[in-house]
Amino acid sequence: MKDKRIDHAGAAAAFIADAPHLAFHDERLWDMRQKRDAQMHLLPEWQELRTLASQIKEHALANLPDYLEQFEQNATRNGIHVHWARDGAEHNRIVAEILQARGATTLIKSKSMVTEECDMRPYLAARGITVTETDLGERIQQLDDQLPSHIVVPAVHKLTGDVARVFATHYGTDPNADDPRQLAEAQRQAARPVILHADAGMTGANFAVAETGTFVVCTNEGNADLSATVPGVHIATLGIERLVPRMSDLGVFVRMLSRSALGSPITQYTTHFRGPQDGGEMHVILVDNGRSARLGMADFWTSLKCIRCGACMNTCPVYRRSGGLSYGAVYSGPIGAIIDPTFNERKYSTLPFASTLNGSCTNVCPVRIDIHDQLYKWRRVLVDHHQMPFVKREIMHMAGRLMGQPRLYRAAIAGTETALGTLPRFALYNWLNPWGRHRELPHPVKETFHGWYRRNRANDGPGDSGKAGPEQAKDTGR
Amino acid sequence: MKVGLFVPCYIDAFYPRVGIATLELLERLGQQVDYPLEQTCCGQPMANSGCNSDAAAAEALFVRNFERFDAIVMPSGSCAHHVRDHFDAIPQTDAVRHVRAHTYELVEFLHGVLKVRDFPWAEFPHTVGLHNSCGTLRALRTASMSELGEPPFSKPMDLLSGVRGIRFATPARPDECCGFGGTFSVAEEAVSARMGLDKVRDHHNAGAEYIVSADSSCIMHQQGCAERAGIPLRFIHIAEILNGTRE
Repeated sequence: MKDKRIDHAGAAAAFIADAPHLAFHDERLWDMRQKRDAQMHLLPEWQELRTLASQIKEHALANLPDYLEQFEQNATRNGIHVHWARDGAEHNRIVAEILQARGATTLIKSKSMVTEECDMRPYLAARGITVTETDLGERIQQLDDQLPSHIVVPAVHKLTGDVARVFATHYGTDPNADDPRQLAEAQRQAARPVILHADAGMTGANFAVAETGTFVVCTNEGNADLSATVPGVHIATLGIERLVPRMSDLGVFVRMLSRSALGSPITQYTTHFRGPQDGGEMHVILVDNGRSARLGMADFWTSLKCIRCGACMNTCPVYRRSGGLSYGAVYSGPIGAIIDPTFNERKYSTLPFASTLNGSCTNVCPVRIDIHDQLYKWRRVLVDHHQMPFVKREIMHMAGRLMGQPRLYRAAIAGTETALGTLPRFALYNWLNPWGRHRELPHPVKETFHGWYRRNRANDGPGDSGKAGPEQAKDTGR
Repeated sequence: MKVGLFVPCYIDAFYPRVGIATLELLERLGQQVDYPLEQTCCGQPMANSGCNSDAAAAEALFVRNFERFDAIVMPSGSCAHHVRDHFDAIPQTDAVRHVRAHTYELVEFLHGVLKVRDFPWAEFPHTVGLHNSCGTLRALRTASMSELGEPPFSKPMDLLSGVRGIRFATPARPDECCGFGGTFSVAEEAVSARMGLDKVRDHHNAGAEYIVSADSSCIMHQQGCAERAGIPLRFIHIAEILNGTRE
């Protein structure tokens, strides 16, 4: 794995340098967080719902093989073709085979993070199949050749002017016409003919119900319903962790999904797909792509509970100020930072460090994923797997040794007037340099607390201040 | 009760007055306080960076310094959080378990162990914005968290309410992290500094003259951001106000 490490810090710095984008991004997502809070306050049982949602998901994951087989049986009985994809390559091949068997060359699709994971669009394009995203934000990102920057609002990092420029390039509209209604209309005019003449349609799925063999797609634009029903051939692709055991479980999840995501009580469309339409075909592709392996990771398997609401992104102060693209991954934000390293440890090794470990993500997660604890644990794993850059690793070695030896430590900050002036050179030069780029350094002081205490207290106390225990005489560095 | 005072490395070096205020306050409240001179660090910077084995020496030293105390008190939420909730680079002996179970951040020690509410010697006739560090807020749980919609409570506010003349300003995003984050502050300096700037602006716009916090690391960062941006805010540790500091 020779992939370059994602430079989150650098990409985030570039995002921050652009004041209008930064301000909009931060305020828009913070507004979503506040709307989510308002919805939470309307439901006194919110914390109970979180617990239920977590328990249902953990149960489903702990019994996943059984529920998957149950789903397959029931879905097949409903007339759905069920396919199994071990990884992205297998997924893409299955999609291509379904399409090619029917001579389909145009595919319309609604949002699906799994197809992003599998990098499906280029694969199909190379085989002469034109894929058109029908979700507005996703279409903007497709036209601009960018990954979605957010799970729910994929183009949230763009201003209307950016969209106008993208549409001007691809739709020939006025690059200066940045009125949102005009832009939406331009997309509608461009999309309708494509939708009406598409050979096949594709959706993701938010939930799949084992006991009924059915699945649910939640959207706000109605584009998934068009994509699923207009062409007659409907392919739904979903990660194997989308399974819930019972239809009644949806009473928990559907109540939480949009409240957590956008702060609205429910999505505009919550569609239950039960089988193919008359004369049509329905396919479901159950995708593993690393999920079974993740399920076996003791510290990280609960990340599979995620229902892709994006609440952790909306609340994350780092995400709001760095933009989703800075994560360089299909999944950005806090949930991305704990999922992405399972795909490629080296490439995404910086992401668990793109966090202050403040814990807000964990608190808003509707399925109680301990996201910030997993970020902390990922750091250990990545260091143990030699994925921390050498210089930083060495600094930590040196700091660790220094902190274990009081005399060396005191020597390092004693003997001059200010502690700041006497920090070891490695710390001052490698470590503190970036501090001052946008911040002043702490004010120098005349004396450390340690020095003050020795002058003012140490000799009139009980006299045992200096002793740390019998082992102290030995090497304290272990 | 024999109280061991831990003064984190950055307070020792940059904010000695916070250590002094903590010591004096505990003494005022009748505690027998000792500051072991061989102390350095709790191990948090290494552990939070994923370099847990590098935290072992600091953690072992911490235990040797503090195992003889009934309570270990520190004017730092993040250090208390590390000792209590992480601190596993060394074998969990009885001494280690004793230290971890008897470690307190100053506010929770005053509020829950000593149960002090009045500070008759303290007067602070200023408008302050309270900054709860994420360690105190979401790990030590010294105040209610906005994400959970739980009934409001605030231990630091309970204590500060016992100070004469103090007034409070409430920022728009009281629970938002200020962006310090330990090594994050340099590894992700652009995001960190931006978060700090937004934080101090929020307090300034709310009318605060001072930002008060139980964590000097957040203060060090926020002060640096405010000074660079020319925002006229002052910064003070809660121990200083409760000990009767007047500025």
